[in-house]
Parts: sequence; C-alpha cells; structure tokens
Amino acid sequence: MFQQSSYTEQLTFFQKLKSFDFILIVCVLILGLVSNLSMFSTDGGEFLYHTKSHLIRFLVFFILMLFLSFFSLRFWHSTAYLFYIVILGFLIWASLYGITASGSQRWINLYFINLQPSELMKIAIIVCFARFFHREQITNVSSFKNIIVSLAILVMPIVLVVSQPDLGTSILIAASGLIVLWLAGLNIRYFVYSGLVLLISFPFVISFLKPYQKLRILSFFNPDRDPLGAGYQIIQSKIAVGSGGLTGKGFLQGTQSYLEFLPEKHTDFIFTLFSEEHGFIGSVFLLIIYGILIYRIIKIGSISRSYFGRLFCYGFGSAIFIYIAVNMSMVLGLLPIVGSPLPIMSYGGSSMLATMIGLSIVMSTKIYHKQIIN
Amino acid sequence: MFNSNDSNVRKFNTINRRVFILSIAKGVVFTGILARLFTLQISDNKKYLTLSDKNRLREWRLPPVRGEFKDYFNNTIAGNTEVYQLHVIPEQVENFNNLMVRLKNILSLSDKEFSKIVKKKNQQKPWETLIISENLTWDQFSKVNYYLHELSGAKPVLSVARSYPFKENYTHVLGYVAQASEKDLLDNENIKNKHVPGLRVGKTGLEKSFENELIGSNGVQRYEVNAFGKRIKQLNFQKGDKGREIKLTLDTEVQKLCNELLADKSGSISVMDIYTGEVIAMHSSPSFDPNLFLYGISYKDWDTIKNNPNKPLINKTISGLYSPGSTIKPVVALSALENNVISPNFKVRCTGKMEMYGQTYHCWKKKGHGVVDLRSAIIQSCDTYFYEMSRRLGVDRLKVTASRFGLGNKVFNNLYKEEKGGLFPSTNWKKAILGQGWVLGETLITGIGQGYVQTTPLQLCLMTAQLANGGFKIYPTLISNKYQESLEKIKYKMSQNLAKEEKYDSSIIRTAEEFFKPGEKDYKKLFRNQENVKFVLEAMFASTNQWNGTSYKSRIEDPKYQFAGKTGTAQVKRITEEQRELDLETSQIPYEDRDHAWFIAFGPYKNPRYSISVFVEHGGSGSKAAAPLAKQLIKKVIDRHEEREKLRKRNLVNI
Repeated sequence: MFQQSSYTEQLTFFQKLKSFDFILIVCVLILGLVSNLSMFSTDGGEFLYHTKSHLIRFLVFFILMLFLSFFSLRFWHSTAYLFYIVILGFLIWASLYGITASGSQRWINLYFINLQPSELMKIAIIVCFARFFHREQITNVSSFKNIIVSLAILVMPIVLVVSQPDLGTSILIAASGLIVLWLAGLNIRYFVYSGLVLLISFPFVISFLKPYQKLRILSFFNPDRDPLGAGYQIIQSKIAVGSGGLTGKGFLQGTQSYLEFLPEKHTDFIFTLFSEEHGFIGSVFLLIIYGILIYRIIKIGSISRSYFGRLFCYGFGSAIFIYIAVNMSMVLGLLPIVGSPLPIMSYGGSSMLATMIGLSIVMSTKIYHKQIIN
Repeated sequence: MFNSNDSNVRKFNTINRRVFILSIAKGVVFTGILARLFTLQISDNKKYLTLSDKNRLREWRLPPVRGEFKDYFNNTIAGNTEVYQLHVIPEQVENFNNLMVRLKNILSLSDKEFSKIVKKKNQQKPWETLIISENLTWDQFSKVNYYLHELSGAKPVLSVARSYPFKENYTHVLGYVAQASEKDLLDNENIKNKHVPGLRVGKTGLEKSFENELIGSNGVQRYEVNAFGKRIKQLNFQKGDKGREIKLTLDTEVQKLCNELLADKSGSISVMDIYTGEVIAMHSSPSFDPNLFLYGISYKDWDTIKNNPNKPLINKTISGLYSPGSTIKPVVALSALENNVISPNFKVRCTGKMEMYGQTYHCWKKKGHGVVDLRSAIIQSCDTYFYEMSRRLGVDRLKVTASRFGLGNKVFNNLYKEEKGGLFPSTNWKKAILGQGWVLGETLITGIGQGYVQTTPLQLCLMTAQLANGGFKIYPTLISNKYQESLEKIKYKMSQNLAKEEKYDSSIIRTAEEFFKPGEKDYKKLFRNQENVKFVLEAMFASTNQWNGTSYKSRIEDPKYQFAGKTGTAQVKRITEEQRELDLETSQIPYEDRDHAWFIAFGPYKNPRYSISVFVEHGGSGSKAAAPLAKQLIKKVIDRHEEREKLRKRNLVNI
C-alpha cells in the first residue's frame, strides 16, 4: 500500500487525464451550455454583451479548471491557509478600496478583472477548514481551542462581507463553513446551543438589518403587501415559473423575461427564465443534472484516502447544494430574496471562478484519491 | 489504511455518517423544491398563465363608427367623412422639437396652436399618440406627405369623423356630437363601456336620444406590452360594428326651403303628414353649423352662438313656448259647437271692443267687424265674437277639446329630452298651481290664444293636422319605420272609428286599451259630430280664399296647391291705451315688443294631406309675416308629394 501510494505520486499526464471524472465534466458542460443558452435568451435572442462575456468566462474558467485539476491534492493542502489569507486580504481590500455598485462595496479591481472576493471566500473557507481538521484527532475536534480558532476563521470573513453589505453571500459563507464544521465532527450540542442563541438574538439581528432587507423579509411573508415594490420580484418570478407549465413557453419565448417583467434575470433569477421557457420538464432536467453533479462530488470524496480531500469534497458538494437550494427556493417564493447566484448558471465571473476552482480541487481529489497527505 | 490509528477510523466514520445524514436532508430539500415546482407549474399553471397574460396583453379600443342618419329619400344627413389627421408618437421621434418646428412651418400653425400641442404632449405618456391635427385640409395633408421623408415620426392618418352635409338645416332635429364629457359617462353606461379618448357622443337632439343605437361597437387592437407599458407588437385586430342607421321622415328639399324662408328671422316651421303623422320638415331659426362642434368649437364661434339674442341653441319647434294667438280659434270654435254652446248662426255685434266688469277687451280691428256669425268670425278672426263665445263655453270645456287636439301636451313622447309640453290652463290648474280662483276675463283672452296658454309650434302643426284629417288622432313621428301602417289602413281605421259610438273622455278605458294592446294605434275620433269639424275646416278655407279673409293675400288659386289656413298674431306684452291709439307699424315698435306672427295651414284643400305651422318670433302680424312664407312652403310640399308617395309605395312593396 505504501508502495502503491508512492507510485501514485508520479502519475503521468495521460494517467491523470484518464482518471478525470468525465461524468462531472459532462455535467459541467451541460450546465455551461444551458446557462449560455439562457443568457442568450436574456439578451432577447441576440448575441449581445451578457451572452458574449458569459460564454468567454465559462470557456476560460472551464479550461482553468481542467488545468488546475492537474495540481496534486497535496498542493491544495499546502496552500489552503495561504488561499484563505489571500482572499481574506482581498476582502479587507474590498472594504477599504473596493468598487461600489448598487449600494454595495463588493468588488476589487485587479486590472484584468473586477473580482468579488466574497464569492471566492465560499470556497476558501471550505479549503481552510479541510486543512484545519485534516490533522486533528477526533477527540480533539471539539476542544475549546479548536472551536475558538474555527469560529475566528468563520466569523472574520462573514463580518467583512456583511459590512459590504452583502447579506446573501455572508449567509452562504456561514452555511458552507458550518456544514464543514459539522462534517468535521464538531459536537452536535454546539450547533444546538448556537441555534438557540441565534433564535434568541433574532430580534436584535432584525433591528440591525437595513430597511430594504427588512422589507424583503416582510414581502417574502406577504408578497402582495407591496406588489409593485419589494414584493414585485417574488410575484413576477412566481408568475414566470407558474406560467411555464409542463413544457414551458419555448426557447426565447418567455414573455415574462422578454417583456422585462422579470428582474435580475441574468443573475439570481436565471432559473426563473429557464423554468418559464422550458417548463416543469426542463426544471426537473436541470435539477437532475445538479443532483448528478453533487452526487459525483460526494462520491469522489468518499473514495479519497485523505481526510483533507474527503472533507473538502463533502463540504463543497454540500455547499453547492445549499447555493442551489437557496437560489431555487428564493425564486420559487420559498425563501426571502437574498442575493445568491445559481452556480454556473448565473451571470457573474467571480461566482463562476469560485465554482470552477472548487471543481478543480474535486477533480484533483479524484486523480489523487490514493494520495495520503501527512 | 495501514497507518491509520483508531482515532482516524473514528474520524472517517464520523464524517461518513454525517454526510449520509446530510444526503438524506438534501434529498428532502430537493423533493420540496420539486414539489414546489409541481405546484406552480402543473397545479396552478392556469392561474399563473392568466396572470402572465394579464401582464403582457393590453387592449386598445378604437372609437366606434357612428350610425348614420338618412332623410326620407335616403340622403345622408348625418354621416361620417374621412378626415386627414396627423399623429405623432413622441417616443419614436428622435428630436421632437425639430419635428414640431418643421411641422409648424408646413402646416402654418399659429403660435397659440403650437404651444397647445406642446402642452398636450407634456401631459401624456411618451408612447401615447399625440394628435397634432384632427382635421387637416387636403392641401396640408398632401404637403405633409410630400415632406414626409424629412418628418420621421409623423404619421398622416385617415380617420372618420361625424359630418353634417346640410350644415345648419338639420341642427335642431339631429342635435350635434362633441367629445364625451364626464357627465355623459356618468349618465350613460353604454358610453362609459365604449369610451375611448376623443370619442364623440350626441349632445342634443336625436343624436342624444338614439345614442345607444348610433354608437356602434369598438374595434379592438390587442398588443403585447412590456413591463413599462410600451407596445411591442400588435397581436390581432377586431373590427367594430358600425352603429345603426336611422332613417327619418324628413324631406331635405322642404327642410332647406324652411331654412331659406326663415333666414334672418327667428322662428320655426313644421310640416306634417296629417294621416301618418310623419314630420316632413321641422326647422328652428336661427340655426348654426353643427360641424363646428366636432373638433372643439372655438371660443369666438361659441360666444357668437351663445350670445345671440335669438337663441340658436334652442329648438323652438319643440322647446319654444309661445302664446298661439288666433291660431287657436278653430279649436275654440269647434269646442263651442261640440258642446252645443252656440250654433253656427249665433251672431255677435263687434264694435271693436267689449266691456266686462269694467275691463275693456279689444278686438284687433279698432272699428269693429259689425254683426258677425261664427263663419265670418273665423274668416276675419274677430276677437269680440270669440270673447263672447268663450264666455259661454268656459275655459274647462275649452281645455278638454284643446288637449284632445294636442295643445299643452308633448308631441313626441320621449324622443327629445328638450321637448316641452306647454300649458293649456283650466280653473283647477290655476287653483292648484297659482292658488287663485279663475277670473272670467282670463277665459276671454284664453279664447283668443293669449294669457296662460302656451304651445310649441309643433303642437299647433299637430292640431292643424288632426283637424284637417277630419278630426282623428294621429301619431307624429320623425323616424321612418318600415312596419308603419299604410295610408289606406289608417284611412280605413278612421272611417271605422267614425261609425263607432263615441267614447269620449273615457281616459280609463283608453289607458286600459293601451295596456292590453301596446303600440296599437287606434286613430280614434276627437269629435262628437264631424259636421262641426267640417264647418271649421271650411271656415279656415274661407279665411284664406275669401276676399275678406285674414290671409287672402297669400292664397293660391291653382286647385292643386289651394290651401286653408288661419293666421295668428300673438301679443307679447300688454298694450296700453296710448299705444293702441298710436297704432304703430310693426317696424316702429322695438323688436322685443313686436307681436309673434303665426300661420297654420293645411293643403291641398280638396283631399288634404299636409299641415304646416309657421311661426315668426316678433314678426308682427300673422297675415303679413307668416302667411306668405306658408304660401311658398305649401307649394313646395305639394310638389314633393308625388315623389314621396312613389317611395312610400316602393317601401310597402318591399315588406
């Protein structure tokens, strides 16, 4: 076994290529195709700005993913903290010198790209925790020191992202972080305790929310409260999805989006557009593709011999699931509207980059699933 | 895992166990999302599809095309003409101000019109059609088309608008249309349902009475709109139905003559078929051109119309109330004969005046008529004779006869909202309304058509018609109805009624009959003894055709046109003794104090068919001002008779 493991560290290029997870790649390609077609539809059936840049981003980041997949799992393990710290640095940078758009200071200018570090933090936090708990003894996981340190790792970016302000992303970072903590074996009672604390502090949290965020929560509970204001997005999104029916209105035929009733159709509401045009059948198909994607990620995690790889895959798979669930629940009126993109489908470079990086680590886990990291 | 210790195994077990739990949770959540999708897209699909259509579909209603009015000879008297309009949708214009300046030059708009359009533009949404001009002249329209390549955004449009080809001739009969006001919308549900901006609706006359029939139905254009209400594309177009065509009994030729006869005068003329009740002409003067109201009348024009002392806005034929003067005398004489108060041989000496209870009642002839019997009293219109006769008759018995012949009642039931009933007084009426007892002197002046009695010119025309047809009730109408009873049938019914036992004054029975046979026209007799009616008619003939008759000068000797008539000169104010002494010529009296001139007539005398009434407000004496007009009119009416009959026969065959 020892020999075998030393052998795997000297994989040839073709061996690596052979052990790529092709189901995963096919899923990503299908999603990429679907997302580009949807983007084409948001542009009214013309090859315009959004479609063009989405296509370019998808292709560039997809190739980047393939390239990064060749990096050994050990590389990711060793750079995990650095990755986290760099992104945290970016977040601080964003909060100091970031670019403000629509009332939120989220982006930093990297000259060749405007980066939204909070999106990358969604991955960085998982990588960081995977590294943090990799060497930890199970008996030691719930130690006081570990809880304090992991809370610090989690809370620092959340505070920065909340202050941007970007409630949606910070919730997603928190959710992915907490899931990894739970998977790592943190004693269940801490989750119960903190859940209780959250419940008690809920009224105080509410009082700290911005007026528009309060409105969103209120209008979630009763969209008809203000059908032209805060409730507008939920109502129009539900109309779009509902009017799609079994087979949908047809590609480029979604009246809700094409006549501009649908807000944010490129980003958060891309699923609504897709669902309107392709109906229940299309939506179920998309759900199945996402399901396979998540299943493959978990599956790859389960064959990994290293704890780092396994924890990352489990964490990343669950995080992807949460992004999808939150986004879909939101556009279907099951959750309040918080900014949360649908992985790969939504327009947005940073989100795409983060997803692709995550996938490349998963792929690397697959290639190096026999690698044991000390 | 060789080198894994116990702790490592436990660590892997923990993570595997927990990821398993998590996977179950994921499955549950995915199922939830799936269920939600199912609810929205499958179960509630219809609801959301409706909502989505409600979002994207907008209907634009087009103004309905109004039904036309035709005269008896199928000439269009209120129609729709094509008008050339210029529309601009501001949103589709690159530079609105440039375009407007360019248009201002081409159409030579005044600064006032120009600023009005700009103001209108600022009040509406940029994608709404701005009507630059509702009615371009052909010159302007062709000019716009010529420069169209420079006027991007301007759209020359062919539209329809109401037109009255005979202008002032039919103003009062038809009324006019103008933009629907808030009140129109509140009063008429139908207008409200069909309203579109700029919709024209009837304001007065038949245009208003028949609004619901005339209005037609809207065409509908269905558009797809975006979230901002902008039209994206037209989906379908549904043509509206034109309103009903209404055919009138009027004859444009006669109507035009009425207008000419009353030119520069204030007054009214009406002509009626004495059997069918068809109104052949009714005109009120002064009139105005109703086409002025179509595109919003200018302040100047409106002021001219409104401030004209002769009141062009009032339809004098049915809404003008005047003392009938001596034109009432045939009915007074008939009433006296019918009630056996006097015989035709009864004689009165006229000395020019009559004293009663210290009051002096004057005859129009100062010298007096000497001894007169009933016939010559009608011929010469001797007031003294009628004073004495009315005194014996009493106002209440007179009222019965007068009402039966149509005085003091509306001629058309509800055809015109503006029609007035007038008044024929009685002792009860005075007690109930004025709270005073009737004075005998009032009976005397009622007997010569003065005092409280008030009638419309059309009532007198109807009265004349019902006398001329031998004393039978007729049913005046303006609407030509295919299912109208034939002349022969009407005459037959009348002759049947003549033989029938009288059942006079049985108003309860009459009401009951109408209740059981609604719409049944009975043409019942209005007299006790037809000899009395014939006597009166003969006296009227003599009044026009005998040397000493009041309208002898206006007679026509040709038997084809020979007619019978009765003049009337109604005082508008009390004449003092000094004025009576002065005996001024009409032209010497201030206009407002001049007498109203009346003339009622029917012709041809042998076998009469038409009755007319001529009224000239402040025209002076009936014989001088009104009778000559009637002479010209009756000739025309009888000349048109043959053509009218031809058409009537053809219509009957068609049924």
